[in-house]
Amino acid sequence: MTLMGGPNKFIADKKDDDAPAAKNTAAPSSIYAAHQKIYPKEAHGTFRNVKWAVTAVTLAIYYILPWIRWNRGPSLPDQALLFDFANQRLLIGPIEIWAQEFYYVTGVLVLSALALFLVTAVAGRMWCGYACPQTVWTDLMIAVERFWQGDRNARMRLDQSSWTFEKLWKKSATHLSWMMIAIATGGAFVFYFQDAPTLARELISGTASPVAYTFLGIFTLTTYLLGGMAREQVCIYMCPWPRIQGAMLDHDSLFISYREARGEPRGSHKREQSWEGRGDCVDCKACVSVCPTGIDIRDGAQLACIQCALCIDACDEIMDRVGRPRGLIAYTTMANLDTASVEPRSGWRIVRPRTILYSALIAAVGGLMLWSLLNRADTIVSVAPDRNPLFVTLSNGGLRNGYTVKITNKTETAKSFRISATGVPGAKLQFVEFEGQDPVIDIKPSEVRAVKFFLSIGPGERKELKGDSTPILVTVRDMSTGRETSRATTFSGPGS
Amino acid sequence: MASHKRIDEVTGAETTGHVWDGDLTELNKPLPRWWLYTFYACIVWAFGYWIVYPAWPTFNGYTKGWFGYSQRDQVAKDAAAAKAAQDKYRTAIAAMPIAEVKKNPELFEFARDGGAAIFGDNCAPCHGRGAQGAVGYPNLNDDDWLWGGDLESIETTITHGARSGDPKTHDTAMPRFGLDKILEPAQINDVANYVRSLSHLDVDAAAASRGSAIFADNCAACHGADAKGNTEIGAPNLTDAIWLYGNSQQAVVHSIETGRGGMMPAWGGRLDPVSIKMVTLYVHSLGGGKPEPKKEEGESEHKDEPHEAPK
Ligand code: SF4
Ligand code: SF4
Repeated sequence: MTLMGGPNKFIADKKDDDAPAAKNTAAPSSIYAAHQKIYPKEAHGTFRNVKWAVTAVTLAIYYILPWIRWNRGPSLPDQALLFDFANQRLLIGPIEIWAQEFYYVTGVLVLSALALFLVTAVAGRMWCGYACPQTVWTDLMIAVERFWQGDRNARMRLDQSSWTFEKLWKKSATHLSWMMIAIATGGAFVFYFQDAPTLARELISGTASPVAYTFLGIFTLTTYLLGGMAREQVCIYMCPWPRIQGAMLDHDSLFISYREARGEPRGSHKREQSWEGRGDCVDCKACVSVCPTGIDIRDGAQLACIQCALCIDACDEIMDRVGRPRGLIAYTTMANLDTASVEPRSGWRIVRPRTILYSALIAAVGGLMLWSLLNRADTIVSVAPDRNPLFVTLSNGGLRNGYTVKITNKTETAKSFRISATGVPGAKLQFVEFEGQDPVIDIKPSEVRAVKFFLSIGPGERKELKGDSTPILVTVRDMSTGRETSRATTFSGPGS
Repeated sequence: MASHKRIDEVTGAETTGHVWDGDLTELNKPLPRWWLYTFYACIVWAFGYWIVYPAWPTFNGYTKGWFGYSQRDQVAKDAAAAKAAQDKYRTAIAAMPIAEVKKNPELFEFARDGGAAIFGDNCAPCHGRGAQGAVGYPNLNDDDWLWGGDLESIETTITHGARSGDPKTHDTAMPRFGLDKILEPAQINDVANYVRSLSHLDVDAAAASRGSAIFADNCAACHGADAKGNTEIGAPNLTDAIWLYGNSQQAVVHSIETGRGGMMPAWGGRLDPVSIKMVTLYVHSLGGGKPEPKKEEGESEHKDEPHEAPK
């Protein structure tokens, strides 16, 4: 039996001629294969229930999340999760990520990737089988199709029948429902980028921006096409993940497999027949008919298998009926495949170098992000000395340097700051926009302000300089909290 | 092409029927047909694009496309929009005296930023990108001003220039003491020593003391008895640390011999009054700008510009 190695085995399969699976031998010697429609039968059992639950939870998160409110004061929308392009912010509950802090988003993506690696190393394509939007929406679309057109056999019959009124309304109802789901999906997507209640009102009254309608349209179309029509084609031909995930799997990773040692030789079984000398597989093809990608799990591991576990439910039901132990198709490991034992996961090791490495990386990246998030100042200060000219000689023989201090007030309240500079004794500050040496600088909520100031010394103080570049410290003091932020920079001179 | 299926023995899969080097075959992994249709759709899309947008060169231009879209128009539109956005600031700046603009933070910021751009386009070739100047071209960052360093004085200097031919330009000039034989070379050497001694530079003390009297007779009228200069007539302060043409004995002697007399163009006819106000505010904000009560400010040194004979 081919294991991980046979990614395209399903295409070359020639058995089970009556199953409408993706058997592409139908077009001999053609380099293009016609699409074989798949009619997945409804499965019942533990995994089907788990999948319904995951589907319900993930869909609920997707549709509800943008509607959760969060009080942010007058200057920003009160939305708990918002990709606020207009203000160049990412708002997540109490956290406000500015454009220049985009590395937090990078961090989240890195974490997600590592989490995906870890889950895959431990339990295979869990993401594909349960949580991937393509899987979730396809599942939803198939459920709708089943609701209007009936289960597998009814649907096959309907497709073969000629166009009657019944076929027309059943098909129309299906597509109409798909379209409604698609619009709701595209509609929900845009709410992540603008204040949801406002945008909802605008969308309905026709006053929303063209960008909003465009994205709504794009996501409506892709949902309808990918979830309703393309389905397994996306997993098989478009998605890179099935190609990559092989690198995370090893002998101890869980994956769904038909346990050949127990099942073969297969064959139909009469009630009174003995089970001696034969396998447990009764060749009923229940596993094939429920498969959403239309493959036969008994051909071994294959790229087209999204590991949805529905064939486990289907086979377990059959095993119960024929009185054999469940788990002929089961989550198992490569290490267990050759044994005919009832227990498919004996000796399964979760803790192994690969999983330890992934976990350690997750802990490191997550810890780093958490640490920096907790220590994130609500004021950002940066100081840039003038480069052109580096310094100016004054008429009295003294020297002057110019600096630009950028202060970012990330809070939602107005703040006042004072600026001071130390390092060159006797240096005097002079501000372009303010009077006096120690002005109060007001910065509005969520604003950045650049303050230009000069530092001058008299001719007598030039001997205090250390060569052509004297280190100094510019300190910005938040007057409400007393918190001081210092930045090191230099005072330049002609040298000797 | 093969008329019957060829099967690969190892995998049991069909091959394309092609054979290379006698034994290399290729498994047939058919691409779904919708891929092909997607490709056709892209081709159709490209045709649509050609029709709708400018696409093909012709002998005397290019196909304009149904939408009549043009990037030039787009730029013009964007530029017009940017200008319209600036108009409210410019109108406000035009209506008020320059000192008032400085007191309005929003207008001041606009003027300063815009002024920096105007400076870069027009003034930087002589005064330098950072207004740091060069020998003969004043540094505008320092606190030393030939013709006054308060806002109105700077505005006047920019508008009318120095020795520019503009009717209202600053046109006083220093005599050419050497070239016109007003002073003997030895006298020039003495007075140069004297002038340099005022800035505590190393000089020949005897020559400097001889030069003192020559200064009183020939120079004090413009530069003042204390040599602190006069911005009314562009006479530089000779006692400070800033020397437009350098402070070596040789450079100072040369200044006295030739009178220097730098020249700056009048920008009044080239820049509109609002732009001049903006660039004035920018220059004034560089650090050396003098406060408004404008008696007694810009004392100074050699701030003229070079290479033009005085009048
Ligand atoms: S459902 Fe189980 S018994 Fe039936 S064909 Fe599949 S593996 Fe065999
Ligand atoms: S073979 Fe089984 S697990 Fe794989 S996709 Fe089909 S039903 Fe799901």
